[in-house]
Amino acid sequence: MSVNRLLRVGSVAVASLGVLALSACGSDPEPSGSSSPGSSTSSAGAECPQGTLNAEGSSAQKNAIDEVISKYNEKCADVTVNYNPTGSGAGVKQFNANQVDFAGSDSALKPDEMTAATKRCGGNPAIDLPMVIGPVAIAINVDGVDKFVLDGPTAAKIFQGTIKTWNDPAIAKLNPGVTFPSAPISVFFRSDESGTTENFTKYLKASGGGAWTGEPAKKWTGTGAGKEKSAGVAEGVKSTKNSITYVEWSYAVDNKLTIAQIDNGSGTPIELTADSAGKALAAAQPAGTGSDLALKLDYATKAAGAYPIILVTYEIACTKGLPAEKTALVKSFLSYFVSKDGQASLTDLNYAPLPAEIQTKVDAAIQAIS
Amino acid sequence: MTAITENKPAYDGQALDLTGKSGARAFKNTLATVLIVLAFLIAMIPLLWILGTVISKGYHLLLNADWWSQSQRGITVRRQGGGAYHAIMGTLIMSLITALIAVPIAVLGAVYLVEYGKGTRAARVVSFMIDILTGVPSIVAALFIYAVWITIFGFNRVGFAVSLSLVLLMLPVVLRSTEEMLKLVPDELREASYALGVPKWKTIMKVVVPTAFGGIVTGVMLGLARVMGETAPLLILVGYSKNINLNPFNGFMGALPTMINQDRTELALQPAADRVWAAALTLILLVLVLNVLARLVARFSAIKSK
Amino acid sequence: MSSPDGTAPPDRPDGTAAGQEQPTIEDLVHEDAGPTPRFEDLAEEHAEHEAAQPAEVMTESGTESAAASTAVPAEPEKKMDLGPVGHLGDRLFSAFARGSGGLVVLIVAFVGIFLLALAIPSLADDKSSFLFSRIWEPGGDQPRFGIAAMFYTTVISSIIAMLIAVPIAIGVALFITYYSPKRLAQPVAYAVDLLAAVPSIIYGLWGIMFFAPILLPVINGLSDVLGWIPLFEKPPGDNVGVVFTASVVLAIMILPVVTAISREIFAQTPISHREGALALGATKWEMIRMSVLPYGRSGVVSASMLGLGRALGETVAVLIILSVPNGNDPWNSSIFAGGETFASKIANNAAEFDSPEKTGAYIAAGLVLFVVTFLVNSAARIIVDRSAPGGKRPRRNRRAGAAQGASS
Repeated sequence: MSVNRLLRVGSVAVASLGVLALSACGSDPEPSGSSSPGSSTSSAGAECPQGTLNAEGSSAQKNAIDEVISKYNEKCADVTVNYNPTGSGAGVKQFNANQVDFAGSDSALKPDEMTAATKRCGGNPAIDLPMVIGPVAIAINVDGVDKFVLDGPTAAKIFQGTIKTWNDPAIAKLNPGVTFPSAPISVFFRSDESGTTENFTKYLKASGGGAWTGEPAKKWTGTGAGKEKSAGVAEGVKSTKNSITYVEWSYAVDNKLTIAQIDNGSGTPIELTADSAGKALAAAQPAGTGSDLALKLDYATKAAGAYPIILVTYEIACTKGLPAEKTALVKSFLSYFVSKDGQASLTDLNYAPLPAEIQTKVDAAIQAIS
Repeated sequence: MTAITENKPAYDGQALDLTGKSGARAFKNTLATVLIVLAFLIAMIPLLWILGTVISKGYHLLLNADWWSQSQRGITVRRQGGGAYHAIMGTLIMSLITALIAVPIAVLGAVYLVEYGKGTRAARVVSFMIDILTGVPSIVAALFIYAVWITIFGFNRVGFAVSLSLVLLMLPVVLRSTEEMLKLVPDELREASYALGVPKWKTIMKVVVPTAFGGIVTGVMLGLARVMGETAPLLILVGYSKNINLNPFNGFMGALPTMINQDRTELALQPAADRVWAAALTLILLVLVLNVLARLVARFSAIKSK
Repeated sequence: MSSPDGTAPPDRPDGTAAGQEQPTIEDLVHEDAGPTPRFEDLAEEHAEHEAAQPAEVMTESGTESAAASTAVPAEPEKKMDLGPVGHLGDRLFSAFARGSGGLVVLIVAFVGIFLLALAIPSLADDKSSFLFSRIWEPGGDQPRFGIAAMFYTTVISSIIAMLIAVPIAIGVALFITYYSPKRLAQPVAYAVDLLAAVPSIIYGLWGIMFFAPILLPVINGLSDVLGWIPLFEKPPGDNVGVVFTASVVLAIMILPVVTAISREIFAQTPISHREGALALGATKWEMIRMSVLPYGRSGVVSASMLGLGRALGETVAVLIILSVPNGNDPWNSSIFAGGETFASKIANNAAEFDSPEKTGAYIAAGLVLFVVTFLVNSAARIIVDRSAPGGKRPRRNRRAGAAQGASS
């Protein structure tokens, strides 16, 4: 009897293993990029190494880097690039803990982070490479309002909580001819610590005319209700009437939210476009020492046509000290990222391409990695 | 057992008057029936709603063979295509390793509690510890393994680390259910075995465990179902990879919960939203298949008494 | 596993697999026990003996089960030592089993010590009261953090979830066991179990995208009627990511757990209890009040506690649904305001653990959750142990209960 039972157990076990084994056999094909059907493996030239590259960090550049990885794989099919958009802080931490090959961060390395990064790179400094420009949109959901203008001080007051209702005179003054409801303003902010919050509060501090009382930080210090990640705040505004938030441009567009035009003091409200965001970056000053390319953005810029709220995502990499095959991979991928091809694909995703001048500098810095 | 006899006065203390007006009693009876049926109907609403949402939004991707055989390599959130093969395999591999570690410890631990340590202080300590383990939230288990695996030992984040943290979550579920199943094995079977001069360990291995085998398998599957849907340990202990990686000791690995987690931030985009619901449906189906499998194993392995 | 004549002791509709091979034995015993429940008495004495002298049983491994068979009430162990316990196999196997038990203890001790070691330095640096402050600013030069707000949200959301889920779960369990047509019971039971297989991320997405908008009128209605109580006061704005929404979704999540266990227990009510009640002329509902509910009470309590444990520790669903209050507004105790639970706070910030001090602060919060969940589990255990009938009792008790019913 027990033999029978064992047989039965055995046969079920074998059957289930068989199912597993079958599924294991019948699959491995990987879809090549949608634009180039068929095999593109043969194109692996001298600049295409082989191997796996792991990276982690900013969620602001997630869509950008995903797209670039996809394009890059059409060129170099034997390289696997993994990017985990867990957040800038996590990216830097994992980079310094030797868990990833490069990190993405919405702010340049701070001095103590640089010390740890230098240690991780075997005594060689790490480098901040500006790579993706992600404009931050102020998005609203108010019935009947599809064109909306804000300036620095008014925005700061709304997000600080000193302007509480939509029919406030300050808002009406900026939007002549638009009728606002008397409803209270629901502000949504990022409840997780994020580079988007840091850059946005830098803008509020710089151009708010003193209305923003907190210090710029990754953690929100203003008013409102917190939602998790960009998706959370975008969903919050989408589902809540009379609400406002700050969010990466692409999320505002994808969720079909009304995006505010910003009056930066130049007189005319500036619509958020790839072009207007690029102009703001052109006004930025280099802040890094040596070959480091960290930028100091001018959030209070009054330059005509420059959309002032932008966020720059840096790729953080070792200048020296990685194993040779990893170095080749990092160089190959990042130089594609900064190339015209790589940057061109970003505009469709609601990022702004790097201005040509910065592009050249970044490329030179990547080529210098050894 | 004595409590059974005391049982009657133990409820509420107010004896029901069965001799009263039948109208009021019949009304109460009807009211209770209505309330109970109502509770059932209320419970069915979210059930059907959630399952309906997941199925209707997710099923069409599952009909495509690519879903079962391809990875997400090169697929961005704005693009259709690709599959969940990498995530399905990742989930299966990590949960299989978890089961391989957790099940022997859990079954032997339960054998200890039921067959060796019953009623002893040592057994009570073990029981107490299992209760504590039941109360460990997944994120705390993940942080613990992160501290040990990465901060102390300096290893990389890999699928195996996830399995280790899932062991902490699976262990109490399997141990408790196995314990209950072993308790259900009639003493007569053990006694008969001893009477034939069979040593205790053989009695346990050949009589007790096989008798409870079906129940143990069911418990293992319940534990597996719980750990397969966990997200937090995956986020902290292994990076998500869109590429196929079947090696739990090297590199990032895909898994269904992290696949959902990646695409859920882009629900405004149709391709990503499709994949979120499809991956969720796949996960539910995997758990379902495992449950059916478990029931089959249990049925086939049951000792027929005649 | 219903016996042929349908009068077997506890008829459990979807008997566990282990139960399937038992009917003959149970039936035999049942018949035996009918007139004079001798075996049961002996077994009972044996059980009491065990409880009274735990240490001895432990040392005489291998004999205590054998003792039950001979059933000599006076000093059974001493006489029943049948000899060869010195088998190498026995020793090895016993060592393995004990080792596994010990391993579990070691693992838990290790986890506990480890978490404490990480948390204590941060707690020592904390510049505000850890238990009573609601500020959460760990890291930096002047770390200040306290768990008061998180503790409140965690507890209140779980309690509301319980208030909603438990009565419905009991109703569903009764429906499945005693009200539904037999043909419907099994599929319904299985469908409810299926709810447990839905990943919590999906509960969160479904909750905020589809469910919350429908809940908004309920929130508005409740706050209109009960708004004068601070607990139900609605802050301005139409925010749906509130504690109440999270609680309802949590209730749906724990429903299958509570239902499944309650169902098992209700089904085990001895048929003699039920038939006795009906024979006295009770209506169906009176029968349930007289026999089923008292019998299953402790089991339902422990099932609810398991559900509560899950609600307290739930992470992703709560994280997606709840909106987080900002640090400037005064604290709002309303269930129509946002909040953060222990688990959602830790998960939301796990990406930015950039210093040991900061990590330690979150670990300390995790420890509190650990303690709260443990207290709940212990409470459940004590309740189950205190009240003998119902619950997942060892086989002997149940059979004794059935026999008792039959003989009375």
